[in-house]
Amino acid sequence: MESEVLKVEKFGAYFGDTQILKYINLSIPENMVTAIMGPSGCGKTTLIRCVNRMHELITGARVEGRILLCGEDVYKTNPILVRRKVGMVFQKPNPFPTMSIYDNVIAGYKLNGIRLGRGELDRIVEESLQRAALWDEVKDSVHRKGTFLSGGQQQRLCIARALAMNPEVLLLDEPTSALDPKATSRIEELIIELKEYVTIVLVTHNIAQAARVSDLTAFLYLGELVEFGPSEKLFTVPEDKRTEEYLTGKFG
Amino acid sequence: MNSGNVLFRLVKDRLFGAGIILLSFGMLVPLFLILIYITRNGISAINWEFLVRLPKPVGEMGGGISNALVGTVILVGLASIFSIPLGIATGVFLSEYRKGRLAYVVRLCAEVLQGIPSIVIGIIAYSWIVISMGKFTALSGGVALGIMMLPVVVRTTEETLKLIPDSLREASLALGVPYYQTIVRVILPAALGGITTGILLSIARIAGETAPLLFTAFGNPFMETSILKPVNSLPLLIFNYATSPYQEWHTLAWGASFVLIVMVLVLNVLAKVVTARWKVKF
Repeated sequence: MESEVLKVEKFGAYFGDTQILKYINLSIPENMVTAIMGPSGCGKTTLIRCVNRMHELITGARVEGRILLCGEDVYKTNPILVRRKVGMVFQKPNPFPTMSIYDNVIAGYKLNGIRLGRGELDRIVEESLQRAALWDEVKDSVHRKGTFLSGGQQQRLCIARALAMNPEVLLLDEPTSALDPKATSRIEELIIELKEYVTIVLVTHNIAQAARVSDLTAFLYLGELVEFGPSEKLFTVPEDKRTEEYLTGKFG
Repeated sequence: MNSGNVLFRLVKDRLFGAGIILLSFGMLVPLFLILIYITRNGISAINWEFLVRLPKPVGEMGGGISNALVGTVILVGLASIFSIPLGIATGVFLSEYRKGRLAYVVRLCAEVLQGIPSIVIGIIAYSWIVISMGKFTALSGGVALGIMMLPVVVRTTEETLKLIPDSLREASLALGVPYYQTIVRVILPAALGGITTGILLSIARIAGETAPLLFTAFGNPFMETSILKPVNSLPLLIFNYATSPYQEWHTLAWGASFVLIVMVLVLNVLAKVVTARWKVKF
């Protein structure tokens, strides 16, 4: 495999005494879309929240093992620095309600006190919105509030906000679960376009979505990594019986 | 089920609805009676002179309440300076550490503080500040009013922050924004409307407080702007003039009551406007 951006090694996560993830090993290569798929409660969201250390914000959460981002252990780096290198998009669109579209895109810079010139900021806003396929729709109204946009547009704004920081990895946590089918397919197209710039990890409980957009797929079940491999292979000739049963709708 | 039964139920339904509406109108009666009564008695005293002149000695006609107006502004200003930063900080703490033991205790204290009679708060401010400084001051009155205002600011801040979805905090933290910046630049701005409304309502509440000022700000027939001297305030002026035996002072008291009521109404309306205008859509 090509150079790996993200490497998960012997990784386990807990909430108090409950083990959520069990001994996960995973290598995520550069500029590809990796889907993490599995039924509700299998730990897929926890897994990506461990990558940018959002998991530990909940009291009683702890982890074991290592996660390497570009060769560096994220658990030995300040979480603030990790999160600047890892973009995240959540289930529900969550643009900052008090900020304009423009300010939302550069929020990562502004809120972190990184000062840039007007021209530089304009460039980042335009480029990020263009990459998030939102520029044409909002270029005349970038100084309006982001919350006036439709749900799908808000989600693309959140993607632009994450992209503006030039992350190594973009984590998408069921980004289409709150959107209608049209907005969903728009986001799916976008995900495929975006892998040119950034490595993408997509959490989804939607089998069809994983099949449509991902290069690699990991199937997680009850906190265990059941199978991981090229999507084409995993969806056509799965190795594990549980994967096959999940794909054919026997559970989940 | 026969149709007579249904009819009976419909009638009951109507009667119940009519009863609720009637009683709601009943609630308006005391307010309007107060407003009409005060306007009728007070409006005649109101003119420009009344607002900008000082009170005159007994026997002379005319005179105004400018010293009480200025005093009220000073006292409310002092109370705001003491209670707003402290109240907002406490409210943030309570909403951030909702389940902690300390939060439980602090919340309980705020509730108890809200329940303490205002006269008792006045006595406390008297024994803390007036006695130790050896004189009545606007400062001590401001502290007393600030203590009255504090629990309201704490509660409204906490309640407003509770309504802000966690997803907003996560959005900020996931961008690598430090915790304190997330609070100051993302969470608090989103709560600004609610917090401001709470502050305006608490000011409306304390602007009419008399008891805590009786032995702190004390009252003063002259214009005074130093916070280290006694000052007059609208409720104190009303109290002193209304209990006096002089007819012209009674008129001044009515006029001052009218001004006070208008102030409170304006603050309430302003609070409504702020709520509507600064509403944040998530």
